[in-house]
Amino acid sequence: MRVSMRVNGRRVTAEDVWEGESLLFVLRERLGLPGSKNACEQGECGSCTVYLDDSPVCACLVAAGQAGGRDVVTVEGLAGAAGLDAVQQAFMDAGAVQCGFCTPGLIVQAHYLLRETVDAGGPVPDDGEIREVLAGNLCRCTGYEKILDAVRLAAARKAAAAAAAAGQAEPGQAEVGR
Amino acid sequence: MTGTSTATGPRTSPTTSGVGQSAGRPDARQKVTGEFAYSSDLWLDGMIWGATLRSPHPRAVIDGLDIGAALRLPGCHAVLTHDDVPGRKVYGLEHADQPVLASDQVRYQGEPVAIVAADHPETARRALGKIKVSYTELEPLTDARAALETAAPRVHDGGNVVRHVKIRKGDPAAVAELVVSGEYQVGMQDQAFLGPESGLAVPAEDGGVDLFVATQWLHADRTQVAACLGLPEDMVRITLAGVGGAFGAREDLSMQVHACLLALRTGKPVKMVYSREESFFGHVHRHPATLHYEHGAAADGKLIYVRADIVLDGGAYASSSTAVAANAATLGIGPYEVPNVRLDCRAVYTNNPPCGAMRGFGAVQACFAYESQMDKLAAGLGLDPVELRVRNAMHEGSVMPTGQVVDSAAPVAELLRRVSGRPLPPAAAGTDRDIRGLPGGVSNTTHGEGVVRGIGYGIGIKNVCFSEGFDDYSTARVRLHLIGGEPAADVHTAAAEVGQGLVTLQGQIARTELGVEQVRVVPADTSIGSGGSSSASRQSYMTGGAVRAACEQVREQILERGRGLFPGHEDLSVSGGKLVSARDGALAALADLLAEPAEATVTWRHRGTSPLDPQTGQGDAHVQYAFAAHRAVVDVDTELGLVKVIELACAQDVGRAMNPQAVEGQIHGGTAQGLGLALMEEIQVTGGKVRNPSFTDYLIPTILDMPPMKLDVLELADPHAPYGLRGVGEPPTISSTPAIVAAIRAATGLALTRVPVRPEHITGTGPERDA
Repeated sequence: MRVSMRVNGRRVTAEDVWEGESLLFVLRERLGLPGSKNACEQGECGSCTVYLDDSPVCACLVAAGQAGGRDVVTVEGLAGAAGLDAVQQAFMDAGAVQCGFCTPGLIVQAHYLLRETVDAGGPVPDDGEIREVLAGNLCRCTGYEKILDAVRLAAARKAAAAAAAAGQAEPGQAEVGR
Repeated sequence: MTGTSTATGPRTSPTTSGVGQSAGRPDARQKVTGEFAYSSDLWLDGMIWGATLRSPHPRAVIDGLDIGAALRLPGCHAVLTHDDVPGRKVYGLEHADQPVLASDQVRYQGEPVAIVAADHPETARRALGKIKVSYTELEPLTDARAALETAAPRVHDGGNVVRHVKIRKGDPAAVAELVVSGEYQVGMQDQAFLGPESGLAVPAEDGGVDLFVATQWLHADRTQVAACLGLPEDMVRITLAGVGGAFGAREDLSMQVHACLLALRTGKPVKMVYSREESFFGHVHRHPATLHYEHGAAADGKLIYVRADIVLDGGAYASSSTAVAANAATLGIGPYEVPNVRLDCRAVYTNNPPCGAMRGFGAVQACFAYESQMDKLAAGLGLDPVELRVRNAMHEGSVMPTGQVVDSAAPVAELLRRVSGRPLPPAAAGTDRDIRGLPGGVSNTTHGEGVVRGIGYGIGIKNVCFSEGFDDYSTARVRLHLIGGEPAADVHTAAAEVGQGLVTLQGQIARTELGVEQVRVVPADTSIGSGGSSSASRQSYMTGGAVRAACEQVREQILERGRGLFPGHEDLSVSGGKLVSARDGALAALADLLAEPAEATVTWRHRGTSPLDPQTGQGDAHVQYAFAAHRAVVDVDTELGLVKVIELACAQDVGRAMNPQAVEGQIHGGTAQGLGLALMEEIQVTGGKVRNPSFTDYLIPTILDMPPMKLDVLELADPHAPYGLRGVGEPPTISSTPAIVAAIRAATGLALTRVPVRPEHITGTGPERDA
């Protein structure tokens, strides 16, 4: 079958897709976007997390046909013309990347957390919220400490930037949530 | 970072990302943007997909194999069996005993029997379904201790004992005032790296093959692959593809020979990617162990003797069982001074899944047993568990039960004091707590009622580098040249970056030694000499040592050029991209000395080791010892048997923190894997069959399972090691497990002799399986 969708803002079409293929397989093997990872392919590890119409999903659990006509954003689509997304930059700065196989899924999921909190004008998430939202993303290298550091750092930077943009930057705000 | 460094500083001034600094990973940007090419991401025009047919039985005779229907399937390009292996039919790290494809029998569930290549993974799966194999099932041998009995069926012709290591020290008949004994069990743990076994084999015009694969040791792969393909080694060229974690599971071959066979047969590039379920059958696991220990001590707590008997279930093939057994034996009494030791460790063949390397490598199993014994002894003496350990702690100058003198820092007592001296997390209070911090979490199983807090300690010992006289080396080529008029260093080794940060460290060393900022770490491949394995916590030591040695030779070439250009300046160095005189400061830009590139290739070895005496286990078998200690604080829901680890504190001596951020990452990650073994991780095998080959049923710690971790990193330089460093990766995995179990014991008063601890062990509502 033929599957057309928007991926990272671009209209794409995959030909000769077998009906049993997942969105993950089509992204990785037919559309040249292997950033979403194939660690378990049964929805347990979160390494293939992508946005499907603005909701984070495991791409391995979505049949390719279900994605037809819809909007997909993968880790490859998060960096903008201005550079890396704040979450990507924070993962680098905090040392949250080791082997990196969990990283794309964690970055999309953490991006979602911050979109729903700081970006929406809310407070920075506390550790309990961060842990709950990232509970579906397995990492085998880091023990999660530096992943927590990275998400706290990205949240603090976003909050500081938002405060600065609003012309009311307060000293110390960037440390909230540490 | 705390502690003091007595390491000699680099002879050149540090750059902003040199040795000792938290330099960022050179591959981090690619990894956060999804552009980093892992072994499962590779793609070539015209490539086809390989797949593996595996035995459903743990022990069976193969009566017949019919591949006709599979071959006739449209889209199927090849079906290969044992008869199609052109070279050596078996492979193995230490003994070549494992068939590339099974011939007349299978010895474990999941053993490869046939391979196919097809135009789509689904076609390949259907082709596997059309292969007809006739098996006569046999009763599998699944009990490691039963395998030792003379009447037991033999898994291999040579008998069921892979290796028996004996340690004999002092008086075998020593007696003591207080004696405690116990039998302990360790379940089968999986490395559970996230990046599945995978790679791409590309047939070459010369009749050879190029393989891009995730592995821990390119040259060991090549030796085995070339032998099985019947090709000279120079016709098998292996390049490291991106590695999604390793932890020991990529030491043995998985799909390497299979993909190459299919590529050579079809003339097409062949990609193989294991599913998670297949991955559980596609690599070796941590040896399950049964450990019987008897400790004798004087009334003051000083250990008088340890007697121990350890049986490791090696499963169907040898893998690295011989080395695992040596570690469990030589490190088997822990970091303590004991005058009289009698220890036997046997690794045996069974029809269970093959076991081999996993982070900690034999030291993990022993540590759970000896630390459990130390707690038991402390209780018997009425002593604080930390105090008992401190009274028996080894130190620099202590003698191992092998007779080897520990000739660098062994701060066992200090590490214990560090973790025990830390402030405790706030006490649990009342029934109005945030349930996210309670056992069971948001499952809402308790609001604090029935929850008891416990504190426990563990300390472990690990060898670093390869042991027992093994010729352990690494090779590095460093080339200093001009790129766009600026000096830049290329560093080339065959050492595998598996996530640990070796690729970062190589750049840090080159920057520090050569005084340049621009360093490129060339992709690892077999066009250069071996880098040895990314295991045994050895790569910072070995490949770090090789890169430093190559840099020193390159630097000497530059200084020689400088002495020619500036006669009379004897005290020259390189720093900040300049040639510097101690007397007159900067003399010239390095660029001015690099009209010709400077290059050196060095093969670097650690100091030699000795084999163990086969009767007494005496010998200077190890290169370096490393130590870590943990304190665990847990809350236990005694009604449901659920455990919440509240905090883990770790103290570890790393000799020199080459990259402090990466060191912390190793300690965090190692500690997490030890928590997994303590509380949740076990491949459950019944009748030789794996019952839980998925991340649904084999649980690894999530971010909700991991507590905050408090670290104390000591830097007590080892004068024998490059930069004074001590291997970091394994020690934290070893001591976190017993610390957590000790904390559960402290909370519940239960004996808990088996890991992972399960809820029914705590509630007493179910049988202790195998216990």
